[in-house]
Amino acid sequence: MPVTFYSSKLADAVNWARKYSLFQYPFVTACCGMEFMALWAPKYDVARFGAEFPRFSPRQSDLLIVVGTITERQAPVLRRIYDQMCEPKWVIAFGVCASTGGFYQNYSVMPGADQVIPVDVYVPGCPPRPEQALDALVLLQERIQRGEGHSQVVLKQEKGFDVPLAAIRAKTGTGA
Amino acid sequence: MAKIVLDKLIERFAGGEILETGSQHGNEWARVVPSAWRQVAEFLRDEPALHMNMFVDLTCVDRQPAEPRFDVVLHLYSIEKKYRVRLMAGVPEKQASIATLVPVWPGANWFEREAFDMYGVRFEGHPDLRRILMYQEFQGHPLRKDYPKEKRQPLLRRLPGSV
Repeated sequence: MPVTFYSSKLADAVNWARKYSLFQYPFVTACCGMEFMALWAPKYDVARFGAEFPRFSPRQSDLLIVVGTITERQAPVLRRIYDQMCEPKWVIAFGVCASTGGFYQNYSVMPGADQVIPVDVYVPGCPPRPEQALDALVLLQERIQRGEGHSQVVLKQEKGFDVPLAAIRAKTGTGA
Repeated sequence: MAKIVLDKLIERFAGGEILETGSQHGNEWARVVPSAWRQVAEFLRDEPALHMNMFVDLTCVDRQPAEPRFDVVLHLYSIEKKYRVRLMAGVPEKQASIATLVPVWPGANWFEREAFDMYGVRFEGHPDLRRILMYQEFQGHPLRKDYPKEKRQPLLRRLPGSV
């Protein structure tokens, strides 16, 4: 019983820390990148939400932002980048192309990034306003706090918890 | 604008290699017999009065159901003389191939690969005729008129509900 109590409270604390320290990996392929850059600039300033730090290596990041059109040919690349990220990880699809393929309905464009990776928050718009992206970030933060991100849910299913319990185990001397 | 190009072409190729010529919006064009494609190109490049030294574009048009089905279109420019010309050659669907222009202008390499990728016209003698835009697994040629509009050939899909 104490372990359950500790772990649920610990999950709250850990998720609170996670949601304010998102390290993002921008996967920018198209024109949406211009609005996305405005997100970082002083006017919209995503740093206020603790997600200002782009890491240009998927291994150091936990938020993948798919910005722009994803073609069928890019699908294995995107999947590989997602697979390289450390868990738990989250994905935002920025713009209609990344969400659904947008106005492209043809042989080359994939109808949405969620065909190959799980997406947590979709931002419609062509391109979306930076405010929409900030809104998406806040929605994602709420989701992280509740532990409902795709990879959080899967971690819980696979291991029974989504926060490291090694510390608690050491203190309480219990298993599980 | 560059009528001299057409005049020189007609003068040099009097044996019926030039099927038709014309001028549209001040741009000259000529329709060439596909078997003379390479010779005409070399002549345009080497003739001192023309010196078409700049390869601008090479592409293809699918005119289905017209026959010959494909038009290979070549745009040339002379930097020195400021002449511009457009050449076309009809290629039938049954034997969709034409001579490569890579030995004439090396810049034609990727353009011919693109035309092959999108329309399936083979460029005989091309040093490296592979798909350039689509992936190797792709079946068919997507810009052909009979390629189904909604057809998808996914390289990768995740299973629904999986991560």
